[in-house]
Amino acid sequence: MNERIERLRKESFETPVTLNCERAEIITDFYRENLGKYSIPMTRALAFKVLCTKKSIYIGKDELIVGERGPFPKSVSTYPELNCHSLDDLEVLDTRGKNPYRVPEKCREVYRDKVIPYWRGRTMRDRIFAEIGEEWKETYTAGYFTEFMEQRAPGHTTLDGKFYSKGMEDFKQEIAASLDSLDFKNDPDATQKREQLKAMSIACDAVVLFAERHGELASKMAEAESDPVRKEELERIAANCMHVPRHAPRDFWEALQMYWFMHLGTITELNGWDAMNPGHLDRYFYPFYSRELEVGAITRQRAKELLSAFWIKFNNHPAPPKVGVTAAESGTYNDFTNINLGGLLPDGTDGVNEISYMMLEVLDEIHLLQPQANIQLSRKTPDRFLKAAARIIRKGYGYPSIFNADTVIEQMIRAGKRVEDAREGGTSGCVETGAFGKEAYILTGYLNTPKILELTLGNGVDPVSGKKIGIESGDPATFKTFDELYAAFEKQLHHIVEIKIKGNQFIERMYAEHAPAVFLSVLIDDCIKNGKDYNDGGPRYNTNYIQCVGIGTITDSLSVLKKHVFEEKTFRMGEVLKAMEGNFEGREAMRLTLANKTPRWGNDDEYADGLMSRVFNSLFKEIDGRPNTKGGYYHIDMLPTTCHIYFGSVMGASPDGRFAHAPLSEGISPVQGADRNGPTAVIKSCGKMDHIRTGGTLLNMKFMPKVLEGENGIDKISKLVRTYFRYDGHHVQFNVVDSKTLRDAQVHPENFRDLIVRVAGYSDYFCDIGKDLQEEIISRTTQEEV
Amino acid sequence: MSKGLIFDIKRYSIHDGPGIQTTVFLKGCPLSCWWCHNPESQSAAREMLYRADRCIGCGACTQACPEGAIAHTPDGFIADPDRCTLHGECVLVCPADAREIVGHEISVDGLLKEIEKDALFFDESGGGVTFSGGEPLSQPQFLTEALRACREMDIHTTVDTCGYAPRKVFEAIAPLTRLFLFDLKIMDPELHRKYTGVSNELVLSNIEWLSTQEAEMIIRIPIIPEINDTPENIEATGRFLAGLPKKLEVNLLPYHAAAHQKYRRFGAPYRLPHLSAPPAVRLEELTGRLSQFGLSVFTGG
Repeated sequence: MNERIERLRKESFETPVTLNCERAEIITDFYRENLGKYSIPMTRALAFKVLCTKKSIYIGKDELIVGERGPFPKSVSTYPELNCHSLDDLEVLDTRGKNPYRVPEKCREVYRDKVIPYWRGRTMRDRIFAEIGEEWKETYTAGYFTEFMEQRAPGHTTLDGKFYSKGMEDFKQEIAASLDSLDFKNDPDATQKREQLKAMSIACDAVVLFAERHGELASKMAEAESDPVRKEELERIAANCMHVPRHAPRDFWEALQMYWFMHLGTITELNGWDAMNPGHLDRYFYPFYSRELEVGAITRQRAKELLSAFWIKFNNHPAPPKVGVTAAESGTYNDFTNINLGGLLPDGTDGVNEISYMMLEVLDEIHLLQPQANIQLSRKTPDRFLKAAARIIRKGYGYPSIFNADTVIEQMIRAGKRVEDAREGGTSGCVETGAFGKEAYILTGYLNTPKILELTLGNGVDPVSGKKIGIESGDPATFKTFDELYAAFEKQLHHIVEIKIKGNQFIERMYAEHAPAVFLSVLIDDCIKNGKDYNDGGPRYNTNYIQCVGIGTITDSLSVLKKHVFEEKTFRMGEVLKAMEGNFEGREAMRLTLANKTPRWGNDDEYADGLMSRVFNSLFKEIDGRPNTKGGYYHIDMLPTTCHIYFGSVMGASPDGRFAHAPLSEGISPVQGADRNGPTAVIKSCGKMDHIRTGGTLLNMKFMPKVLEGENGIDKISKLVRTYFRYDGHHVQFNVVDSKTLRDAQVHPENFRDLIVRVAGYSDYFCDIGKDLQEEIISRTTQEEV
Repeated sequence: MSKGLIFDIKRYSIHDGPGIQTTVFLKGCPLSCWWCHNPESQSAAREMLYRADRCIGCGACTQACPEGAIAHTPDGFIADPDRCTLHGECVLVCPADAREIVGHEISVDGLLKEIEKDALFFDESGGGVTFSGGEPLSQPQFLTEALRACREMDIHTTVDTCGYAPRKVFEAIAPLTRLFLFDLKIMDPELHRKYTGVSNELVLSNIEWLSTQEAEMIIRIPIIPEINDTPENIEATGRFLAGLPKKLEVNLLPYHAAAHQKYRRFGAPYRLPHLSAPPAVRLEELTGRLSQFGLSVFTGG
């Protein structure tokens, strides 16, 4: 990191996050004057153009890549047309203890006087909640599922490499050709398509205009600049912004700036989930770099500086803040941009190049909250690349995460994608699989699977709210066999999934009809060819995911009931349910018996792992292949982000001995502390899940830094990952834990029974070793941290 | 088919043999080293282990014990060793997993099933199984059969030994073992007897013999401050190893104070409470001195 990058990094790190109402004000003014004059796509395009014309332009001291969504770094725009913050929301955001968004007084005034009066009752969120129906609302409020699009637009998308060889002028020509080919005589949708295509063309102009305003400002700044070095840089920045995105980039620097304008365009237009994912940046940037390196036009050092300056820009853009009750939760500033490195090229050859390594270096040196990066590891990826990643993982940032490129590709082929599109795809957000630049793959919400079992045990009554949410699937005390219980669970699952999907279909149409993403549609194949929007089935592939949460908790709960109630009859069903109702108060011996004397998921144990497969298959059968409204299908994902905390909080105690309101198991990881046979057993259990039939699974593993120590530790962890991937594992990431966690583990050993520590000549479970040795290891760890 | 008595199987063991290993700990050892960090490994009999920190005081164990051997004492629920028949009812009923019988019998087939679970990890990493202990050679028939079964399954085999076993046992297992991790503790026979309970003549002659065989061998020296890190012992060790027909790799294993707590849990006295781990500079110094004998020396392993 040179001094400039250090300054930029520090600025991005230290600038407090503020909320900014410039976008809200421009949008409100525009809608008030223009709504009803044009078709919806044209309204969106013209609003976007006004934003690009009017919004403040910022070029920071020292910057090499320019452009901000807000008027300056860490200043976050709002999207009142989708969800409008109330004055209370703004107060909560301003004052909450964790991750606040400072709200300037002017912003409150603008909201009070202009934004709120216009948008109340008109936002997407208001309209969705007004129409979606009581059944959905009750089920949603009770915490059986979440809904992603009640706060933010469908996003979850990733760009490919097309705009490194095409500028907006080229896209406009394609749009014009598509307009020319419309068949008004025979195609009833031709008029609608014309509006969409016209809107997309305007969106291209808007982004060019936005860039050129940066060019003009940079020129002015150059004229006034006395330092000749900076003057030249500003002139170069000005030239970059006058060239891209109107035209395709000509060199490495322009390529970085090109992406950045595409990123800003998409996140200014709407507040799509996961911000925007750039895809395989290493393979897109490498041709520019190698060409210039060969003729001596760039050095590695200079390229790395530009890349670092580019990297920091992502961190300037915290996630847009939520409204309503979720505003009160701490949330995260992370907007889940996730850069893919490595993987396979469309022709099936290894995609790792020098930029892949350079990006790992930048990730390591900058280590800010954003952007995240991951490596896509294929059979063909060299171990050197995996080990380079492992050496960063060892530092305990929790990234880069590691994905199985071969599995990701196989998942897409199973879902009906072309092999070359699959290879050009990868993962974004947390772990979601998609075809980059060609697919809308929408996360629709999390599904609380253990709560559906809870509902089954309540015979359709939610024990927490007391409401009858489910159907009557039978009094569990009358069930003679485990299969009867399981059949009842499948009935409740069906019931809840139906409600969830009916809601999704409605919301999907709302976005398709009222909030098209006309600029994003330019960048995703085949929206131009189809004359259809990203939110309305324009892309080549249209996938909806439902993310199933708590597989560990439900598997262990079923295992407990199967073994102790139906097989060994240790306890009667009524006894267990009563103890759960009382949160195991006074029944600690029973709780521990259930927790400790039951085969549990994550131990490479057929009894428990078989139940996991059974639940997985039920989820798959219930969800996979259901059609969405855009010509695509629903598939399942197995990831929680942080939803396992929320889902746990809305639940009573569970049969596996989990206390009421405690978190559920996370991702596809075993219940916290339930796995006691080491990491290979966890991997074996997780390997029994059919990852190919998902669109992503998430496995977190915890290790002490000592386990990854030295080249031996790096070698072994690399082999552990390779073996998991031989079992088709989709993703793994490692928490290399610090002394703070170890302190926590001493206080709450029950949550950390799976924490492995290197003791001396051998490794052991941290909680299984004596207090004094624990202390000794903590002091060792602290030394390592210094 | 013979059965073995083991006290643990650890998967993802990464500091023994090559690659990712599954380590099988056989119970019983002819030595009783003062610094032994596995006191539960020494006796060749099954033993009751009680973890007071886990006990919730429910008393289920006292009820379940067919011998009425468990009494509620200020230290928890303690089994009278004279009356306890290791029947194991108390372990089954203990909700908190506070009771454990250390040592269980396993057949070669049963053991192979456990080992094979991680076959793909072995394949991927060049790993395999490590037989450790206790002293694995103290159960010669079981060890030989287990090694043979591993060889048939094409699983790499490592044996971690103190070397105190009849030559004919080594003759039986050497062709079935790919790597020996051979402990060499003290060169002086009397000191060896003092600190380990036996003389080292058999150990040294086994090293000499094994170094003429095809199996790989690494010499592991536990560095116990003041006991075997003396100039005399290091000199003698270096000379002995330099004189062998095969140049052997040497690993220094620094003493660690990990065992205190274990002894307490096991209700056994610990004879080196005052010792602490040797500092890194000391290990470098020892590495340097042994290297002068033309040996390749590494710390750890």
